[in-house]
Amino acid sequence: MKKTPRTPVRELAPSYRITNFEEVSLGYNGEEAMLEASRCLECKKPMCVDGCPVSISIPNFIHHIKAGDFKSAAEVIAQASALPAVCGRVCPQETQCEGRCILGVKQEPVSIGKLERFIGDWSRENDITPETTITPNGLKVAVIGSGPAGLACAGDLARMGYEVTIFEALHKPGGVLEYGIPSFRLPKETVVRHEIGNIVKMGVKIENNVVIGRTLTIDQLFNEEAFNAVFIGSGAGLPKFMGIPGENLNGVQSSNEFLTRTNLMEAHHDDTDTPLKLGKVVAVIGGGNVAMDAARTARRLGAEVHIVYRRSKAELPARAEEVHHAVEEGIIFDILTNPIEIIGHESGWVKSLKCVKMELGEPDASGRRAPQVIAGSEFTLDVETVIMALGTSPNPLITSTTKGLELNRRRCILIEEETGRTSRDGVYAGGDAVTGAATVILAMGAGRKAAKAIDQFLKNQAIE
Amino acid sequence: MFKILKKEYLTSGIFLMDVEAPKVAKAAEPGQFLIVRVDEKGERIPLTICDYDKVAGTVTIVVQVVGLSTQLMDQLKVGDYFKSVAGPLGMPSELKEMSVEELHSKKIVFIAGGVGTAPVYAQVKWLHEQGIKADVIIGAKNASQLILVEAMRKVSGNIYIATDDGSAGFKGLVTNCLEDLVTNQHKQYDLAITIGPMIMMKFLSELTRKLNLKTIASLNTLMVDGTGMCGACRVTVGGVTRFACVEGPEFDAHQVNFDEAMRRQTMYRTEERSQNALTPDHICRLDKIVERRNK
Ligand SMILES: Cc1cc2nc3c(=O)[nH]c(=O)nc-3n(C[C@H](O)[C@H](O)[C@H](O)COP(=O)(O)OP(=O)(O)OC[C@H]3O[C@@H](n4cnc5c(N)ncnc54)[C@H](O)[C@@H]3O)c2cc1C
Ligand SMILES: Cc1cc2nc3c(=O)[nH]c(=O)nc-3n(C[C@H](O)[C@H](O)[C@H](O)COP(=O)(O)OP(=O)(O)OC[C@H]3O[C@@H](n4cnc5c(N)ncnc54)[C@H](O)[C@@H]3O)c2cc1C
Ligand code: SF4
Ligand code: SF4
Ligand code: FES
Repeated sequence: MKKTPRTPVRELAPSYRITNFEEVSLGYNGEEAMLEASRCLECKKPMCVDGCPVSISIPNFIHHIKAGDFKSAAEVIAQASALPAVCGRVCPQETQCEGRCILGVKQEPVSIGKLERFIGDWSRENDITPETTITPNGLKVAVIGSGPAGLACAGDLARMGYEVTIFEALHKPGGVLEYGIPSFRLPKETVVRHEIGNIVKMGVKIENNVVIGRTLTIDQLFNEEAFNAVFIGSGAGLPKFMGIPGENLNGVQSSNEFLTRTNLMEAHHDDTDTPLKLGKVVAVIGGGNVAMDAARTARRLGAEVHIVYRRSKAELPARAEEVHHAVEEGIIFDILTNPIEIIGHESGWVKSLKCVKMELGEPDASGRRAPQVIAGSEFTLDVETVIMALGTSPNPLITSTTKGLELNRRRCILIEEETGRTSRDGVYAGGDAVTGAATVILAMGAGRKAAKAIDQFLKNQAIE
Repeated sequence: MFKILKKEYLTSGIFLMDVEAPKVAKAAEPGQFLIVRVDEKGERIPLTICDYDKVAGTVTIVVQVVGLSTQLMDQLKVGDYFKSVAGPLGMPSELKEMSVEELHSKKIVFIAGGVGTAPVYAQVKWLHEQGIKADVIIGAKNASQLILVEAMRKVSGNIYIATDDGSAGFKGLVTNCLEDLVTNQHKQYDLAITIGPMIMMKFLSELTRKLNLKTIASLNTLMVDGTGMCGACRVTVGGVTRFACVEGPEFDAHQVNFDEAMRRQTMYRTEERSQNALTPDHICRLDKIVERRNK
């Protein structure tokens, strides 16, 4: 078998991109996509599909790209995914579809994500929206949260004829796609708002500035607003802190605060009102996608940025592409390093970060090698801003105001795996609110699964 | 939606507005707040809900002009719109959790400072509706800075005024006034509720700790989302980090680390800006007002 290298994707040069928020990866054009598609073996038993949480018929859509029939490729993807331009950009492909691609055994796997993104972008640029004729069935479903779980659920239900209203706490829809993931990775105006626009075109109503649990409760949605079913896609927005001394000093913030100020509020633009304060040297604690996003955002605002991570580079949970881009952009990786205290100036602003060096011990139950402190390795890093990117958990606002909604030990909403059904009749849930912080594609898949189950539930109810 | 139906100046720098926000009004309870945005470029500004009319679908806010966003708000006229109003946010006042009997059995005193008088009014009025008359101490720099005194008189028990310069009522701080009431006039209270500048609430809670008087303070921390998502509003209460926007804004004053809260509140104050900050937006903050006014 001849080894053909992966078709490279065009990218902005690191020196240019750290001066702005333009999208780093430029994606394939038609020619490049067809070239990359030609590498796919169209396996009879495609391993890649097993790796995709929503089982996109990968060889099938790639087959159409090979032939230059992008419209058919779009139709194949649309059967399984509502957000190809998003997932093609943000899925951790190396652990999902591409991680299983047979080509990956001997050479580089097919660039499935980039191909999917190309089809998503092509559909948008050519104004291809999947055709649907909707026959209203007179039933109302409320969707809480406008992240990928809520959007996918709402889109599917609208297509089936339900009258869907999404209630969103913030003033813009999109969830993490809008407030979390920066535009240099996921353009807002073109990609996110376009995908949301498609869902609105199908008749879904989005009501912003409505906080369920405060403005309205789930009980009121049923009793006063006459909804027949409710889907909860409220995400996992509650930020974690480390619990080390000095964490409430001025200049310490959660990644959610920093990214919300820059993405949702566009605080870095001169013409917006939300203030943003960032020191010249910034430490970002953590090693996931969120940490990379915060670090690369801070870099673009002109800071020297350190990623402080307690395991080794191989264990960084972020997408490989993000780590690669971060390195190119000059982010300094202080790996095997754990902060133990934040030290402040007399003024109460951050002065430095006290850390210890770590080494990896024997693999633990999960197979990961647990980091251990190296005795006597204490040192301090002079920084002005500390950003905590340690992960998030579900916000208790809804669950604490809804009777009879059962939670698991991690305070996530308990559901029946196959349907998304919660312990409350007519209430379904999915996405990060159920799993804890996970991925866009899993949230979207959960939203779609719940849409199917809600349809079943309401049809059965009608028969009874 | 979010139309301004009424605007009235209470002093030269404090105005009251009635805003159309039916969903917020319907759910609002004393002690809660809302978040407004002036326009598409506006930041999310937390303001206490000072009154609400569930039938008319309106909420009342009372705003003190301090910086950019409150100045932009000051420029809005009757008939203009807020870009967004979200709420009600935060937990309702602890008073809401008590039974009417329990409330009747308590002697309650409110201590209001400056613009904090407005949210105090909301709670005193609610108590009045339950048939309870609470005492109120209102503090201000001078007589011209006092707000809502007459309205308050109608719904409260005893009302005491304290001004720094003695131009109205008691000459001195609200803390001096309360101390005088308790130690010299032998007033007995079971519960104090205070809303005002952080520094006032700090000294007040030091006094009430000495007096062994349970005290609740409503904290105006920095906020961004107001839904528990960012942690900008975190405060230390009883040694534990709490999010004021979802767990507050009211907390047991004797447990609050006021020094930390005061320090955190200044984080975005223009004059406090660190020399090293990369984002010197004090340069453009004032220009923005001029620019927006011209639009
Ligand atoms: C910075 C960052 C980078 C990431 N990078 C990636 C990546 O590269 N690849 C990837 O696959 N995943 C990534 N993720 C994870 C991914 O974004 C999430 O798993 C996904 O968005 C979860 O979708 P969701 O719909 O469940 O929730 P969310 O996207 O969190 O949306 C929930 C929505 O519900 C709203 N809401 C919450 N409570 C209420 C309420 N009470 N009433 C009304 N509305 C409410 C919220 O405001 C929010 O808009 C990243 C996450 C972050 C934070
Ligand atoms: C729960 C709550 C209730 C409040 N209720 C009222 C009210 O009823 N009436 C009223 O006049 N004010 C109230 N405030 C304070 C009000 O939000 C601030 O005065 C306002 O944000 C100042 O914005 P600015 O742009 O005009 O000032 P600037 O000084 O230009 O603001 C700079 C930054 O600091 C923040 N900020 C400045 N001062 C405060 C403050 N005291 N509290 C919180 N954030 C601040 C602003 O949001 C902004 O991000 C409340 C605050 C909270 C948290
Ligand atoms: S949705 Fe994600 S995992 Fe599935 S094929 Fe696309 S990029 Fe791969
Ligand atoms: S496993 Fe790889 S080669 Fe096989 S069908 Fe999937 S993408 Fe193509
Ligand atoms: S304001 Fe963001 S968590 Fe409270």
